[in-house]
Amino acid sequence: MADVTLTIDGSSVSVPAGTTILKAAERLGRRVPTICYHDYCTANGLCRICVVEVDGVKPLLPACLSRVSEGMKVSTSSVRTERSRRTILEMLDSAVDLSEAPEIQKFIGDYHADRARFPEAERREVPVRDDNPMYIRDYAKCILCWRCVQVCADDAQFTYAINFKGRGFDTGIGTFFDKPMPETSCVFCGQCVGVCPTGALKSKREALLEQGVSFDEILQATRGGKKRRRKSP
Amino acid sequence: MIAPDRVVPTTCPYCGVGCNLELHIKDDYVYKVTSPFEAIVNHGNLCVKGRFGYDFIYNKDRVTTPLIRKKAQAPGARTQAFDRDQWREVSWDEALDYTTDRMVEIYQRDGADAMAVYCCAKATNEDNYLLQKLFRTLFRSNNIDHCTRLCHAGSVVALQMALGSSAMSNTAAEVIHSDLFLVTGSNTAETHPIIALQMKAAVANHGAKLIVVDPRRVEMVNWATLWLPEKPGTDVPLFSAMAHVIVKERLYNQDFIDRRTEGFEDFCKSIEHFTPEYAEAISGVDRNLIIQAARMYATAKNAAIYWALGIPEHSHGTDNAMSLIHLALLTGHIGRQGTGLNPLRGQNNVQGASDSGAMPWHYPGYQRVDEEASARKFEQAWNIEPGGLNRRLGLTTTEILSEVRPGGVRALHIMGENPMMSEPNLNHTRHMMEQVEFLAAQDLFINESGAYADVFLPAASWAEKEGTFTNTDRRVQRVRKALEPRGQARADWEIICDLAGRIEKKLGRQQTSFWAFRSPAEVLEEMGRVVPEYAGVKYSRIEKQGLQTPVWDDNHPGTPYLFAESFPRGRGKFYDIDYVPSVEMPDEEYPFILTTGRLLEHWHGGTLTRHSKLDDLYPHARIEINPADAARLKIEDDQAVRVSSRRGTVVLRAWVTQRTTVGVVFIPMHFAEAAANLLTIDALDPLAKIPEYKACAVRILPAGKEELPPTVTRGRY
Repeated sequence: MADVTLTIDGSSVSVPAGTTILKAAERLGRRVPTICYHDYCTANGLCRICVVEVDGVKPLLPACLSRVSEGMKVSTSSVRTERSRRTILEMLDSAVDLSEAPEIQKFIGDYHADRARFPEAERREVPVRDDNPMYIRDYAKCILCWRCVQVCADDAQFTYAINFKGRGFDTGIGTFFDKPMPETSCVFCGQCVGVCPTGALKSKREALLEQGVSFDEILQATRGGKKRRRKSP
Repeated sequence: MIAPDRVVPTTCPYCGVGCNLELHIKDDYVYKVTSPFEAIVNHGNLCVKGRFGYDFIYNKDRVTTPLIRKKAQAPGARTQAFDRDQWREVSWDEALDYTTDRMVEIYQRDGADAMAVYCCAKATNEDNYLLQKLFRTLFRSNNIDHCTRLCHAGSVVALQMALGSSAMSNTAAEVIHSDLFLVTGSNTAETHPIIALQMKAAVANHGAKLIVVDPRRVEMVNWATLWLPEKPGTDVPLFSAMAHVIVKERLYNQDFIDRRTEGFEDFCKSIEHFTPEYAEAISGVDRNLIIQAARMYATAKNAAIYWALGIPEHSHGTDNAMSLIHLALLTGHIGRQGTGLNPLRGQNNVQGASDSGAMPWHYPGYQRVDEEASARKFEQAWNIEPGGLNRRLGLTTTEILSEVRPGGVRALHIMGENPMMSEPNLNHTRHMMEQVEFLAAQDLFINESGAYADVFLPAASWAEKEGTFTNTDRRVQRVRKALEPRGQARADWEIICDLAGRIEKKLGRQQTSFWAFRSPAEVLEEMGRVVPEYAGVKYSRIEKQGLQTPVWDDNHPGTPYLFAESFPRGRGKFYDIDYVPSVEMPDEEYPFILTTGRLLEHWHGGTLTRHSKLDDLYPHARIEINPADAARLKIEDDQAVRVSSRRGTVVLRAWVTQRTTVGVVFIPMHFAEAAANLLTIDALDPLAKIPEYKACAVRILPAGKEELPPTVTRGRY
């Protein structure tokens, strides 16, 4: 494909047409912050932390999704982007348990997010789902990045066991009819655990170890979950 | 959040895909497993076994001290000892000296033919290379085999005959370059889950077409354009009918046939009678589906054939594989990216164990034992006097046990295998195991076979030793020591070198064949000097990413796909094959065809996975039976049933499901309490000596819940 030349933060760069602003900036060694984006998942522009300012374009654009065009002038760090990122971080922090998301915590520091900005915000408080022997789901830590849903679907496993459920603040990740994992199409591959950025999905062994359960006790743990019912095709 | 003490990159010990892993370790406990997303084999994806199935390392039933049986065992009266009380804990010196004394005594009394060994497709290349070297150099025996005989022997023989090479011809990563796959005799989504993901991606995201030929409605059927539900054991008529259509409709690749093959004219005559009508009558597959499949395969741009054990595990397994090879030779769908003939190897290192010479007819690198030049070469390499190595072909896996008798096999060493689960017709196997004069077992757990042993040598698990595995697409990858061995367990290569040194001394050999290896890297270097395909495989080159054999020298980049220019035997050869029915066909007394295989959650004989929490996901044996058959027999889902063949009986739960077709039932091979192989038939393919696991006749009767075998929770303490 033909190359496209654009300017990012004052430096000129040529990249193949179709490249995202995120990847073009990487060429120049500039790292645009990302949270929901993952190199091996389809980009969705859900978290909006990667927004950049483009000359002549009114809204901020998500760098993970937006493609480069000839002569484009991009600013990856401006007053508007910084304010936008800061607010996103403050809102996430006000509602979600980010204690096991070191990258997001670092952004909170980098962008001087005010952790007390939304004191009245309702926190996402949902009980830990422990319904199978392999992994736990602690959605109090979920930032709805959608990676788990994507790898369960067309980005890797093609199993479609989980998806978004609910609306607005109640939006969450769940199984169809909220069934326990062993009763869904889940094959316990743990691709979802592998891409979770916040520790919301975690190997059960790791979770038990964190709770101070000894190795021996973990190995003795009783059969988890209900009897598996495999779906007939 | 737990901060790991260390994160160790290694290779998965389960199936032949060879996924790259990172073990996260805290206080010597593997609490999490991840995979690097840039891994070329699996792109960060794993299956349930790869991500969660490692707690067997810590299971309290694991043997971590050398053991000798308290009660001396006599041939004919040998018994199984699962209980630790029946064993005496001993030092390594005592265990190895005892093994040496007994083996040398038998060898000096009865000679080379009395000695036999099962190598192990789960162990490393280095372990297998050393163990076959021990039996060849010290006991001058070629009675060396491993479970490849029970899985792909038919494919190996057919590929050797037709092309001159037996490995998977292409790389799994090429799947997305195929625009048509023919998948047969493979439940890919459960047995090679990561390759299945690549196939699904090719279909869903790249527009590839999939044809599944299988008696079961395996998950890949959900992604298929065509499903040909054949009766078990009817592959030859079905695929030959496809060839017939390709020839009649002139859809073959004349240029490829002229340049690269021989025997085409005779072949055309030999398939004259394989009409789609004939194939329909035998296989039960609609003739139009066969015609459509033939046209799709022949006219695709890049078509690849993938098969697993449904093809070779028949008394006519070699012919089955040959009928697939014919399709590729006719159409030229081989030797290019995204095409090829790809037998999916089962075990993590079955390719490597075969490459390392754990085979009765071949030295390492498929160099025949009965060819003078190769025998001379290995005599020189191993410091053996000229003429010292045995030129006679050794016994295969199944033959080793059937030759146990006075004057036949007397001493058997088993590294990591479990013939008491994996052999066909287990009642016969049991009888033969009882006749062995001396049995040494080298394993992690006392499994159904190790329970018969005189001496038990506790081995380190894959996470506790260094080495290499060669995966299904010939990629040699590193296995790393992430943990110290539990208790006194030792790495297999160390056990073998120690034992070999003692045996060599006891035999009073003048010159040593060399056992003083300091590391597996040195073992692989020695192997590289005698196996040209491995000459360029060095540890320093595969630290980050594995190399695909052949790697001819230190600068060779490896070989992603084979046969681009020519076949190792020169021209690809067509053979005249004919339909031979399975040895046991259903009849009034035994009206169902039983086929056996694997599940996603378990591994083979179950030594590992049934000692893991994977057992929670699938804790009981179940027989899959079609709803139509179940209704006729008045069997309900989860009801106990008694399944009998002419050789044995098991009681297990029924799973009424459309995963299997009418008249065909399926039992997974993993469950000792209802072992599928008590039922299977020990009929062998005449060329490959592979047993017919995929078809025997059974009858099914309702049984009472109380007749079910007791539930054993082996997955935890």
